[in-house]
Amino acid sequence: MATEVSTEDAVELTGSSSAYGPDNPAPVIEPPRARTQRSPRATRTNFELYGWLFMRLSGVVLVVLVIGHLLIQLVLDGGVTKVGFAFVAGRWASPFWQGWDLVMLWLAMLHGGNGLRTVINDYAEQPNTRFWLKTLLFTAVAFTIVLGSLVIFTFDPNIR
Amino acid sequence: MSTQTLDNHSAALDAAESAASHLITIVLRVRRFNPEVAAEAQWVDYQIPIDPKERVLDALHKVKWEIDGSLTFRRSCAHGVCGSDAMRINGRNRLACKTLIKDINPEKPITIEPIKGLTVLKDLVVDMDPFFQAYRDVMPFLITKGNEPTRERLQSAADRERFDDTTKCILCAACTSSCPVFWNDGQYFGPAAIVNAHRFIFDSRDEGGEQRLEILNDKDGVWRCRTTFNCTDACPRGIEVTKAIQEVKRALITRRI
Repeated sequence: MATEVSTEDAVELTGSSSAYGPDNPAPVIEPPRARTQRSPRATRTNFELYGWLFMRLSGVVLVVLVIGHLLIQLVLDGGVTKVGFAFVAGRWASPFWQGWDLVMLWLAMLHGGNGLRTVINDYAEQPNTRFWLKTLLFTAVAFTIVLGSLVIFTFDPNIR
Repeated sequence: MSTQTLDNHSAALDAAESAASHLITIVLRVRRFNPEVAAEAQWVDYQIPIDPKERVLDALHKVKWEIDGSLTFRRSCAHGVCGSDAMRINGRNRLACKTLIKDINPEKPITIEPIKGLTVLKDLVVDMDPFFQAYRDVMPFLITKGNEPTRERLQSAADRERFDDTTKCILCAACTSSCPVFWNDGQYFGPAAIVNAHRFIFDSRDEGGEQRLEILNDKDGVWRCRTTFNCTDACPRGIEVTKAIQEVKRALITRRI
C-alpha cells in the first residue's frame, strides 16, 4: 500500500501519461493554497475585525437608506416617470438629501468593495491575479466615491 | 440413503438461505484514485450483499477483505472515537463507522468519496498535514503563568460547562473539509482548529487565551467564517461548531472594542 507520494517525482513526470507504476506515480492534485509551517504568521492588526464589524453595521444602515431611496425614486409619487433633472435638483437643494445620498454612496461602495475583496481572496488562485483584481477593485471604488462625492457637493441646478 | 443426503443438503441450503434473507444487495460507488495506475480518479461500483443494520465501514471492509484488497482507507477504532474514517458519503461528510446502511437509502448506489479540500493520496486517504498544521498553530495545550501548583488545578462545574461542547472534538476533519472557505483557501484555519482554540480560550484555568485570540484575529482566522453552518451539520460528535466560532468572534470584539 504505497500512500507515500513524492511530489518531486510527480512534478518531473507530469509529461508521461501512460506508464504510471510504483516507481513512476501520477502527480497528486494539491490544493492551490494549503496551510504549511511556512504560512505567514499573525499580522497583529485588527483590520479584519473592523472589516467584519463594518459589514454588519453598514449593512443595517444600508437597508434603511437603499429601501428608502428605492421607494422615493421608483414607487412613491408617480414612480420612475417623475425622475428628471428638475427632480434631482429639487432634492439636492436640501442638505438632508445631500447627506442621505452621500452616506449611501460611501457605505454602499465600501460595503460592496469589501465584499468583493473577500470574494477575490477566496477565488483568485494566483497571487498575481489576486493583486491585479484587487488593484482594479480599489481603483473602481475610489473613482466612484470621488466622482459621486464631487457631483453631490458641486451640483449646480442652474447649469445650462 | 442418497435421497436422504440430498434432502439434508437442501435443508441446509434452505437454512443458509433463510439466514441470508435479511441481507440486501447494495451498490457501493467508490471514488478511487491510484497514482500508480492512472492520473485521474474514477468511480468504481461494488455490488455486495449486506445487512442493512451494518455500517458503511463494514461495507468497505467487505469490499477490501473479499473483493478488492487494494481499496485504501483509514480506520482505527471503528467506533466513532478516533476520527480516522471521515469521508464524503452520499455527498455529506460523515464517519463511515457511525453511518448505518439503512439510514442512507440503500436502494440507490451509495457514493463514497474522500473528504474535500485536502490532497488525495490514494482512494479515500488524504494528506492531513495542512489540517493538523492549523490545529498546531492555535496552540491546543494548557498555557499558564507562575509556579506550577502542588495539586490539581481546580475548576467549578460551571466553568467546566463553559467549554464542554468543544472538548468533544475528535479531529476527524469532517467540519473543516465541509467548509467552502477552506475549499477555496486552505490557509484558513478551518472550523476544527477554531473549535480547539475555543476549548482553551474559554477554559478558566488557561492563561493563553489572549495569544490564541491574536492568532485567530488574523486574516486567515475567524473573520473568514461565513456562517454557512456546513461544519455544524457535518460534525459527527454534534458539536455546535458555528456557535463556537461566533463565540470566539464575540470574545474578540468585546476585548478589542
